[in-house]
Amino acid sequence: MVPTHYYLVLSAILFGLGVVAFVFRRNIITIFMSIELMLNAVNLAFVAFSQAWNRLDGQVFVLFVIVVAAAEAAVGLGIIILIQRNRQSLNVERVDLLKL
Amino acid sequence: MTDFLALHAEIIITLVKIVLLLFIVLTVNAYLTWFERKVVAHMQTRWGPHRVGPHGLLQPLADGAKFLLKEDPTPEGVDKFTYFLAPLMALTLALTSIAILPFGPNPIHIFGRDIFLGIVDLNIGILALFAITALSVYGAALAGWSSNSKYPLLGGLRSSAQMISYELALTMSVVGVLLMAGSFSLRDIINAQAAHPERGILGWNVFPQILGFLCFFTAATAETNRIPFDLAEAESELVAGFHTEYASFKFAMFFIAEYTSMITISALCSIMFFGGWLSPFPASWTFAHYLPSAILIPFGLWVIWDGIRYETIFGRIILPGVGAVMALIGALLIVFPFINEFIQGPFWLLGKILFFLFFYVWMRGTLPRFRYDQLMSFGWKLLLPVSLANVVITAVVIMVRGH
Amino acid sequence: MNAPLIIFFVLAAIAIMGAVNLILQSHPIHCALSLIVVMVALAGLYLLMGAEFVAAVQIIVYGGAIMVLFVFVIMLLNAGAEERTNISRLAGIAGLPLAIVLMGFIAAAVAQSTDRVQAAAQLGAPAPTKALAGLLFQEFVYPFELTSFLILVAILGAIVLAQREKN
Repeated sequence: MVPTHYYLVLSAILFGLGVVAFVFRRNIITIFMSIELMLNAVNLAFVAFSQAWNRLDGQVFVLFVIVVAAAEAAVGLGIIILIQRNRQSLNVERVDLLKL
Repeated sequence: MTDFLALHAEIIITLVKIVLLLFIVLTVNAYLTWFERKVVAHMQTRWGPHRVGPHGLLQPLADGAKFLLKEDPTPEGVDKFTYFLAPLMALTLALTSIAILPFGPNPIHIFGRDIFLGIVDLNIGILALFAITALSVYGAALAGWSSNSKYPLLGGLRSSAQMISYELALTMSVVGVLLMAGSFSLRDIINAQAAHPERGILGWNVFPQILGFLCFFTAATAETNRIPFDLAEAESELVAGFHTEYASFKFAMFFIAEYTSMITISALCSIMFFGGWLSPFPASWTFAHYLPSAILIPFGLWVIWDGIRYETIFGRIILPGVGAVMALIGALLIVFPFINEFIQGPFWLLGKILFFLFFYVWMRGTLPRFRYDQLMSFGWKLLLPVSLANVVITAVVIMVRGH
Repeated sequence: MNAPLIIFFVLAAIAIMGAVNLILQSHPIHCALSLIVVMVALAGLYLLMGAEFVAAVQIIVYGGAIMVLFVFVIMLLNAGAEERTNISRLAGIAGLPLAIVLMGFIAAAVAQSTDRVQAAAQLGAPAPTKALAGLLFQEFVYPFELTSFLILVAILGAIVLAQREKN
């Protein structure tokens, strides 16, 4: 039996690594992927608690998080395609002014 | 030594089953290529391979030797990690999906243990198969991209777009069967069709779910990139699609992955829609239990007769031997009814899988291919709405009947 | 040291290595592959906890659809390896230790505060999909319908955003 706080520590570590990737990377797509990593870490915490309290509400919430992440990924990648088309670069440092 | 075996018996039994099943699946793959070449050739009124061994039966060995001994060049400018990962991923995923299939209802009793036929029976059997299908899109996409060349890139993008489009129709068309069976597990799906054994063939899922079956088979053909949906890898269109830049052994990996997914889809069709290991005859017709012997003994005798008159000496020795073995197995089944009862389930399942494999090869020899835009509009505008309609109709009927 | 604990440590190590690889790789495709490895490892952890439906949905939706979308966009936009940028020296030197301190703080806080949760943890019996479906369609039917509406809006938004300009 794995104690619940093992899962929670792993979730915290993954979330922290997601934050590090978000802050230190320059490519927009990689930053977006680090957001997905953070969402996955949160999902792990939800499922861990769902097993700890022996209720299924945590898993239902995980399903909702996955669905919302899918919707966000679709729209976000559409925006990224537009940014590449207008500024010809995927470097987030070039996207710091409203004017092209 | 025996203590170690007794303590870890489960793991050792599973390992032995895995090795055995891998060996069987790879052999069936090899002879499936022989079968395809022979059948397509006869449909085109020519002989297929008939020189390497009697009736070309050793052709797969020659092909295997070619794949192992040919030069394996790596083009310049490929992304090395992804180039090596893509065929490995395709092959691993295709072979993993065999682990979930059940092959027979009754376990073997050895040393007081029950060994079920089939490596594992998951609670989420069919969902796990869909998960593996979803991941195998990466094989095509990464192979096409990493080859650093125009035709593979286009072929890979088209292949993967086609695969994810038809994945939706694939999953939706199965929901009707799941509603009727009430479980994701493949054994439960077959047992739900066995609820009325006196109905025989009429109890199978294909009759209430004919729409679902047609959608599933069409979507599965598109998933495995077979004719009529193989625009992305046809020779006249895109050189060879996403596996253009892959040479001997890596190409063989893609090849084996494609044929193994053909076998998996055939097995799934027979399990979910055609009753799996159930016999089409009603349970009261016990004389139908002698069908395996009734097929094996005459066929074995015919192989002996054909082999005696074969042109090469090698054929004159091998073929009668194979025929004699077949006739002997048939006679054994009559003499030992205990083995005959055990072999009924796997015999029917293998027969149905062979029928679907023949159907796949038949389609290859007969149908022209779809153009790419026709293919995509077919998947999104026809197949997906039809499978959704199937789900709604099945749900309404079940609700009205109150099952 | 029983089997579930060993499996947990193996899967956790795979997940953490995948996440570290996401930070270190320069080409976005390799970052995407590392993220897929993390997701499959997490699906294995969900299976270990008995949440089998969630594990399957994680692989099918996250690993088989969302990450495929990422990989497609990387291929279509022909994203190359990242270029070297003049990041501030101070941020580079002080940032990483600060990040580790932050992670360690959260992890320690989590590890010390879960006495009640430890007492309530039970054996990971497989969660029946039927009960999950009952919960989803009875108690949570309103959020369920809202998320389906959200997906419809997202599809429309993605189509409108990715259209070519009609000049």
